Amino acid sequence: MSGTSEISPDALSSADERVGLLRLATAGSVDDGKSTLVGRLLHDSKSVLTDQLEAVTRVSNERGQEEADLALLTDGLRAEREQGITIDVAYRYFATARRRFILADTPGHVQYTRNMVTGASTAELAVVLVDARNGVVEQTRRHAAVAALLRVPHVVLAVNKMDLVDYSEERFAEVANTFTEYAKALGVPDVRSIPVSALRGDNVVDPSSHMDWFSGPTLLEYLETVPVETDPTLEPARFPVQYVLRPQSDDEYRDYRGYAGQVASGVFREGDEVVVLPSGQRTSVAGIDRLGVAVRQARQGESITLRLADDVDISRGDLIAPVDSAPRPTQDIEATVCHVADRPLRTGDRVLLKHTTRTVKAIVKDIAYRLDLNAPIDGVLGHEQHLSELRANDIARVVLRTAQPLALDDYAIGRRTGSFLLIDEADGSTLTAGMAGAAFAAPGRCHS
Amino acid sequence: MTTTIDKGTAPGALTHLDALEAESVHIFREVAGEFEKPVILFSGGKDSIVMLHLARKAFWPAPVPFALLHVDTGHNFPEVIEYRDRVVAEHNLRLHVASVQDFIDNGRLRERPDGTRNPLQTVPLLEAIESNRFDAVFGGGRRDEEKARAKERVFSLRDEFGAWDPRRQRPELWQLYNGRHRVGEHVRVFPISNWTELDVWQYIEREAIALPQIYFSHERDVFERDGMWLSPGEWGGPKGDEEVVRRVVRYRTVGDMSCTGAVDSPATTVADVIAEIAVSRLTERGATRADDKMSEAAMEDRKREGYF
Ligand SMILES: Nc1nc2c(ncn2[C@@H]2O[C@H](COP(=O)(O)OP(=O)(O)OP(=O)(O)O)[C@@H](O)[C@H]2O)c(=O)[nH]1
Ligand SMILES: [Mg+2]
Repeated sequence: MSGTSEISPDALSSADERVGLLRLATAGSVDDGKSTLVGRLLHDSKSVLTDQLEAVTRVSNERGQEEADLALLTDGLRAEREQGITIDVAYRYFATARRRFILADTPGHVQYTRNMVTGASTAELAVVLVDARNGVVEQTRRHAAVAALLRVPHVVLAVNKMDLVDYSEERFAEVANTFTEYAKALGVPDVRSIPVSALRGDNVVDPSSHMDWFSGPTLLEYLETVPVETDPTLEPARFPVQYVLRPQSDDEYRDYRGYAGQVASGVFREGDEVVVLPSGQRTSVAGIDRLGVAVRQARQGESITLRLADDVDISRGDLIAPVDSAPRPTQDIEATVCHVADRPLRTGDRVLLKHTTRTVKAIVKDIAYRLDLNAPIDGVLGHEQHLSELRANDIARVVLRTAQPLALDDYAIGRRTGSFLLIDEADGSTLTAGMAGAAFAAPGRCHS
Repeated sequence: MTTTIDKGTAPGALTHLDALEAESVHIFREVAGEFEKPVILFSGGKDSIVMLHLARKAFWPAPVPFALLHVDTGHNFPEVIEYRDRVVAEHNLRLHVASVQDFIDNGRLRERPDGTRNPLQTVPLLEAIESNRFDAVFGGGRRDEEKARAKERVFSLRDEFGAWDPRRQRPELWQLYNGRHRVGEHVRVFPISNWTELDVWQYIEREAIALPQIYFSHERDVFERDGMWLSPGEWGGPKGDEEVVRRVVRYRTVGDMSCTGAVDSPATTVADVIAEIAVSRLTERGATRADDKMSEAAMEDRKREGYF
């Protein structure tokens, strides 16, 4: 392996502003070694600075551990250190010559599933850990299901604690097969399995000397090279309006009127014929300003301001899309939800629904079924039908009716325009994370 | 910011700085769209300067729709106050100042034995939020700074005591920030959560953002305490056998003068600084903040009480 174990200062200097960013999250059951793996990744890629390592070593020694407990690099809260578990997501940042990484270390405990969902919702890649001794357990299945529902594009299975199973090739293959079969059934398009020991450092950054039988990349090599760039020209263009910019100043911008937002997907170009939803008014893109610079086009992820050819009535919450590929506004939504609140969600509940920049009232019409993670059917998930309420960490299919039409996409088409929150109107808390359309990609099942 | 034409052909992937910038701008615009009275915490340090720059770009060509709030410890670097006032005048901004000194003078706060005023900022901050009815407060905190900050949401809900409860944080899904809150509560918003120290400096270089001179190498009278170079002042230094020496230093962070240390550095330009921190083996807070060294959970404890 070259160029990964040592970060050259050149790699980080201003010259290489062009390296891309990869957002990833850990997943897997409690104590399977997620935080230790993250610590190992940071440590062996030389991303841990002297004072951080000293602090972690000091705390470890005080507890009677001889070596630094690398999990403490992310388990930074008092309560986490007292209990030796992760409670909430920690974000860590590191870089190699090839990529920058934003890493979310999530908790494995079932009680904190909502925090795992938080970490995974923005991830392009999930590293699912499994303890090689225990294999795939219920919480592994839950997290894999969440990653599949969230359509995290890449999943890496790290079969951890290989040091405790004598670095057995057979055991690795067994766990990897079970997991891969399950993930495939959930419609996860890309699964890669790597045998590791987070504690000892095997195959995390440096290749293991204990597992000559494994010829694949180390975890870091894979993270550096997995292709995550998608071609935005293949996706429908979507622009949720965040804010209307009207300076009304005395200078050259006296008559400026622009619609500020971030391109949710696809590409917008000057001259595009567009429709404003839900009103349905048509106009065209007169100009695009990217934070003060006029540009001809803008792609997914860019924060821009659109100027339109006609004086149409537009405000925050509207969606601008090309005339020929616009979503059809609807008041009836079928979706998969992860319930993230302690307060249950019941059929008949009146809530707020936040979709892109628009918030509307909604009613829970039906809870069609809940996914049962305890009873896998055909290796996939069982269903519990006709429920009256959802509880914390339930994953279910629901039917909603909104007070106004929403320009909603299937989540499979756009993570940004297919996702929504249900919010408690009384105290403002987030109740549920919703994903419109079919739950899993084929060959997963979606009965509704 | 001027209007030029950039003739992009096929849209390429965003660079990491473009991606971070776009994310921060999105956060500013969400707050402008959903809150009644937001305010930007502005200390004159590099993170708050970058925040203000991002806010200006987010609303161009309209003015920034938020006021600034400076929580003033009274132990200021004169260059930083000059910088603050210049920026406020240049961009026609509104500045609120919450003064720790005022609270000490009227007896509501007491000077600490160690002379440090960093922890004393919480009360004036909360009072300013309450009396001005600010409902969203932008902070320049970054998750890579410290292990408790690493756990915080972009939209961080605070109760009427300003308290942060790390065990009961609101889930934050996708880019759907939920800023709803009850009367008396407010939301701390961290638009540069995902930036590292190096990102901040690379962005300062790319955007040619001016900074107070103390961020660059200069000669200064300093004395050593706890392995850091501190500036002498009425807050209690030098003491005993601490000896004042003249050294070539710069500041990596800007905070209360009584507890912010300088580092030995010949870096006179932004490019020098970038080269320096790319090879530094110490974090910025580890190298320069006495207040963080007080205990393992110092930051978490301060945040629970309503600190930035
Ligand atoms: N032998 C061995 N032990 C390991 C390995 N990885 C982790 N451990 C140990 O497993 C225990 C749990 O590790 P953590 O990293 O805290 O697990 P986690 O998955 O982050 O747990 P939660 O975040 O609470 O879900 C610790 O005692 C680790 O030292 C490994 O590769 N080999
Ligand atoms: Mg953990």
